[in-house]
Amino acid sequence: MSVPVSISLLVNGEPIDAFVLPRLNLADFLRENLKLTGTHVGCEHGVCGACTVRVDGEIVRSCLMLAVQAQGASVETIEGLSDSGEVADLQAAFRERNALQCGYCTPGMLITAQDLLKQVSMPDRQAIREHLSGNYCRCTGYQAILDAVEATAKTRAERRA
Amino acid sequence: MTATHAPADTLSVLDRPNSYIGKSVPRPNLDRLLQGRGQYVSDLELPRMAHVVFLRSPYAHAKIVAIDAAAARRMSGVISIVTGRELEDVITPWVGVLSHLKGLKSAPQHAIAVDRVCWQGEAVAAVVATSRAAAEDAMEHITVDYEELEAVTDMRAALDPATPVIHAALGDNLAFERTINAGDVDLALSESEVVEADFVFGRHTGVTLEPRAVVADWNAAEARLTIYQGTQAPHMVQNIAALHLGLREAQVRVVCKDVGGSFGIKVHIYADEMATYALSKLLRRPVKFVADRVESFNTDIHARDHRCRGRIGVLKDGTITAFEIDDLTGIGPYSMYPRTSAIEANQVVNLVGGPYVTPNYRARARVVFQNKNVMCQYRAVGHPIACSVTEGLVDLAAAKIGMDPVEIRRRNLIADDAYPCASPSGMKFEQLSHHASLTKLLQMMDYDALRAEQAALRTRNVHRGIGIASFIEVTNPSAAFYGVGGARISSQDGVAVRLDAQGSVICQTSITEQGQGSESLTAQIVGSVLGVSMERVRVILGDTDNTPYGGGTWASRGAGIGGEAALQAAKALRKNILDVAAAILQSTPTGLDIVNNSIVNADDGAPRIELNELARIVYFRPDTLPPGIQPELMATRHFVPRQYPFAFTNGVQASWLEVDTETGFVTLLKHWVVEDCGTIINPQLVDEQIRGGVVQGLGAALFEKCIYDERGQLTNANMADYLVPMSGEMPDIEIGHVVSPTLESELGAKGAGEAGTAGAAAAVANAVNDALRQFGAIITEIPLTPQVILTALGRI
Ligand code: FES
Ligand code: FES
Repeated sequence: MSVPVSISLLVNGEPIDAFVLPRLNLADFLRENLKLTGTHVGCEHGVCGACTVRVDGEIVRSCLMLAVQAQGASVETIEGLSDSGEVADLQAAFRERNALQCGYCTPGMLITAQDLLKQVSMPDRQAIREHLSGNYCRCTGYQAILDAVEATAKTRAERRA
Repeated sequence: MTATHAPADTLSVLDRPNSYIGKSVPRPNLDRLLQGRGQYVSDLELPRMAHVVFLRSPYAHAKIVAIDAAAARRMSGVISIVTGRELEDVITPWVGVLSHLKGLKSAPQHAIAVDRVCWQGEAVAAVVATSRAAAEDAMEHITVDYEELEAVTDMRAALDPATPVIHAALGDNLAFERTINAGDVDLALSESEVVEADFVFGRHTGVTLEPRAVVADWNAAEARLTIYQGTQAPHMVQNIAALHLGLREAQVRVVCKDVGGSFGIKVHIYADEMATYALSKLLRRPVKFVADRVESFNTDIHARDHRCRGRIGVLKDGTITAFEIDDLTGIGPYSMYPRTSAIEANQVVNLVGGPYVTPNYRARARVVFQNKNVMCQYRAVGHPIACSVTEGLVDLAAAKIGMDPVEIRRRNLIADDAYPCASPSGMKFEQLSHHASLTKLLQMMDYDALRAEQAALRTRNVHRGIGIASFIEVTNPSAAFYGVGGARISSQDGVAVRLDAQGSVICQTSITEQGQGSESLTAQIVGSVLGVSMERVRVILGDTDNTPYGGGTWASRGAGIGGEAALQAAKALRKNILDVAAAILQSTPTGLDIVNNSIVNADDGAPRIELNELARIVYFRPDTLPPGIQPELMATRHFVPRQYPFAFTNGVQASWLEVDTETGFVTLLKHWVVEDCGTIINPQLVDEQIRGGVVQGLGAALFEKCIYDERGQLTNANMADYLVPMSGEMPDIEIGHVVSPTLESELGAKGAGEAGTAGAAAAVANAVNDALRQFGAIITEIPLTPQVILTALGRI
């Protein structure tokens, strides 16, 4: 078997140095090595979106990225986005609208929704549906999630105005 | 909302000032899930914890000749490799039968297969290692010698005497058969127009986003096993684990924190979970099992898998004279334990024809063994099958006599003032509201305008369809579900409520939370009854050491049964609080009330003493209380319905969709649901339960199917090939309510969890057939894939 490789990266703003096997994926690295269990694993093959995190500002499926590929990168997980307050309004809208039931898809949904709202300030419902269509939710029927994202877009637009 | 009956005396508690009942308050404790700080079992780590992976059979049916794990055992990180034979010494096998399902048979099932495997995916060995990766590496070095046996896959062929019998000792592949014969079906049909069809329902599965996960921790020093598991029924798991490991129940604790989806998938006990409990005991250390996605597809229970021949008799004036069905369902090689795999078929024969008046009903259900994954209860057990067959037949009957689908329903649905009454299959209905629901649905969807739009679009070669489906739904199950059959699955639930020393309320309940809002509804009820604000109510659930004994959350029983227990416990505590308040204030209990966390005068509402002050006196200065008073600031109550074995609810759904006759693709445009679940505790939670359920039903209607080849290989065991609904394809779903509270409880709540799934597929299938009627195509098979539609249109 291959030998561990040393990596250095930023996770939620904290510098991390670690030795990891080359085959270790980023989701498992975050969950098992760093105990950041907010990143969820639903399929381990890139379909469900539960493992979505942000790497250098772009959303990625952490089950499809190797930890060694994150060398030198800045990784943000739901824990970091919660603590920085960046998605606080989105989280509040989800709470208000009951846009989660079991909550397992929720970190991935929030990160993906935030990604959309950063690109498009007032997406219509179809655009929201499409942007979220790589994230499975088995509980909510999606409508509440759409409503929450739409409501957040509106309040952000009002705040800017 | 339309209240169809609500006697004044049931409203006392519900109408209290500041009541949370009936309000859409946000669920408490959501922040933890929103911040990624939930505690799912897959997140759990314990000191010395080992990981287990299971080596699973690649064959659907084979003899295990030899297992060679010598090389794997030497690999780094490997703690142990255990076969079925070795595990037999720790855990006994089980047989999934219930005595009230007469004649139901099954074979002993082992935690890990011994000598023979019966489906592709059955475990043949467990590899326990210091990490999952190490266990997976080692697994690749185990060699198993199999002798492949003929696989029984087709459920019709399963009963053919020429087909091999899966369990020789059982004599044949028929696990269970039940027939119903009410009225005179032959006579009725001979005097009617008769329409018949074969309905085919694919196998599908729950695809909970968090796979099944369990950590078992045997503490040899305490001789206690702690099981952390995402389950809907902790006390059931406790009982079963104890039974098969030779322990007393008190030696087993089941803890269930956050659960990443369940839908009935996590109400069963799986062989690999039993093996994990046993491995922990054997190896004297915590062992974690988390199914990967491929394993989930191969081993989480599958659902449905029916072929049902249905007939309906109808007179020219639209009167339905009879229903007749012959249902065949395949359950895999074993009847699942402990709930059995015959419940689904039993439910189908109970429910067909349920919304309609006709005394003539004949049904046969046969449940057969196959060499496929086990099939068992999943959300809305039997309901979608019964609803699809019934509503498919009603639409066919309407088409036959040239009547509008709404009109035929109006003429045959049981009248709203006919209750209580019973169905020909013997189901007792307390109060349903089919007509009020249908009327409300037609208003919401503007039926006439939609029909006009449909006709206009037809002239432009756009083919849209409207489908309607009425249904009845089994909720609040009593002991009639499992208890009478000998299963130790509690039908009652209990709640303990106490006032702490700062005037807050702690509430322990035996129902569980999987995201549908059990914590919220419990806090809403307790807060309302006690006059305490919801932020001051903390709900504890999912721990057999720390909650009253009870059934848990399944079959839409949380609000109706657990909610009533919470209400009664809170009432008892309220009385205790007012007794001591009266003593402190030199008043009488009836002269006082609790509002906004304070004791107030009942007549003028003037504040007298805050609850935290009362609690301070009781806990810290009992010496100042009048002699002879020992306040009990804690109360416990249990509840189970007794008069009706189930609280039937009803509803109706409609689907509006477009079929592309060139590609066979269906675009869902809009979906409506009207549901009557009795008292609504939190309208938002009820609506979202229903929406989630609808989407699972829509998945079954259009996408979801476990596809097996003839050798019993599951060919689409991953999320890329097994399609579930995504946000892009789902329509907006509008929900309306009619409210007929059950009089069996003070709360009046019935369940709402199955409603969405119960009727969605039927509404979609009827809408597709409505869209295709002019082409003479009739489809009675789901999922309605483009291939099925194009085949029906004769294009391929
Ligand atoms: S776990 Fe990464 S996409 Fe599903
Ligand atoms: S809330 Fe359960 S998967 Fe989305």
